[in-house]
Amino acid sequence: MSAHTYEESKSIALKTIIVLAVITVIEVAIALVGKGYAIPGWAPYDTAYIGSFPIGKAVMYLLMIGMSVYKAYLVIFEFMHMKYEVRNMMRSVMVPTVLLIWAIIAFFCEGTYWRNTRAGIEDKDRTEVETSMTPRGPATTELSRPSEH
Amino acid sequence: MSVDTAVAHDVAEHTAGEKQAWTGAKSPFKSSYGKLMMWYFLLSDSFTFAGFLIAYGTLRFSMKAWPVPDFVFSLFPFTGDAKMPLVFVSFMTFVLLFSSFTMIRAVQEGHRENRSGVVKWMIITVIGGAMFLGCQAWEWSTLIVKEHMSVTTNPFGTHLVDGVYLDDEHGHAYAAGAERETFEEGSSYLLHKHEGEWTQRSYEVTSGIDEGQIAKQEFGPKAFGALFFFITGFHGFHVLSGVLFLIIIAINVASGLYVKRKNGYEMVEKMGLYWHFVDLVWIFVFLVFYLL
Repeated sequence: MSAHTYEESKSIALKTIIVLAVITVIEVAIALVGKGYAIPGWAPYDTAYIGSFPIGKAVMYLLMIGMSVYKAYLVIFEFMHMKYEVRNMMRSVMVPTVLLIWAIIAFFCEGTYWRNTRAGIEDKDRTEVETSMTPRGPATTELSRPSEH
Repeated sequence: MSVDTAVAHDVAEHTAGEKQAWTGAKSPFKSSYGKLMMWYFLLSDSFTFAGFLIAYGTLRFSMKAWPVPDFVFSLFPFTGDAKMPLVFVSFMTFVLLFSSFTMIRAVQEGHRENRSGVVKWMIITVIGGAMFLGCQAWEWSTLIVKEHMSVTTNPFGTHLVDGVYLDDEHGHAYAAGAERETFEEGSSYLLHKHEGEWTQRSYEVTSGIDEGQIAKQEFGPKAFGALFFFITGFHGFHVLSGVLFLIIIAINVASGLYVKRKNGYEMVEKMGLYWHFVDLVWIFVFLVFYLL
């Protein structure tokens, strides 16, 4: 249980809620500014690249995810008083959530694989249409057209 | 903790070492059964939500394009069609955060056995929860009635190529000489439904390997509607149950039921854990659905 007096815990709660609100405002600001709603013509979400790597998008996502995780920390450890519980109890609740890290990695790889498979199938469909169509019909006239001029 | 077990606890601590830990009188987590079980329930619930959100991410990764949140969630009550991306959901977030704060205040008043204080702050929390549910009802009805999204239909599409429209907004071919609307790769569109008929404008592709071909606007990824309604619905159902239990416990507090227990209104504290968890889940729903 908390060792704080009533007045202390009251002010901690107030401070925490203000921090949470401010972080939320910053998150929304990152989303809107980054996508070009605030400053006309400046949208790093779509335009900032290093080579083919979307650096603008990556930085925005990392900032927003990091801030959300920090918000979650504040809610669990301050609002839900986890900070003031016995350490082993905290571990018994928090450690199992580590499994989710692997779940996220594994499933997102799976999702990417599905997308690549779909793209592969689309490519194949396209090639087959082209090869079976070229010998006859309008495609032939299309091909011979340049030589007429 | 009753007087008997408190004594046994002291005796166990004083007379012996580790062997006594198995006599049952010790509470290694220094937490009550109810609070501990609430924590483990919330842990299991967080896995349910995580499963949903990971499914959302997986399906999103599996698609070439996905509805853009600040295009989908851009309306605000009483302002007609004015585009205000994310403003309304941010408001919802603040409502829920604020109700989390008022819940903390209720728990703190409980610790000093201040019955009227607990009731007051719990009532404010109930109002916050109800406001959140009202906002969600508006959001859902806008999506369903106005934009015709359903569990199986997603009218929010994304262009994968540059192009120029051949039809106007109502799906009729442009008059000769009229200026045609163009669009770029990655831009979003909302398919309109009029008298039961969907309008899918046709366009000529002006970039990529399909350049010169005629295509028409397609529906967006089907899974989006189902994921949105199931995940926000599941969260909203948690809020609804939370509000109902808050009301029940507030009535119990007001009736003086917990005064006799003299445990610093532990029932309010357990309710507080649940309520903060609802707020915690919203942080991630907000991140995944509206920010990313």
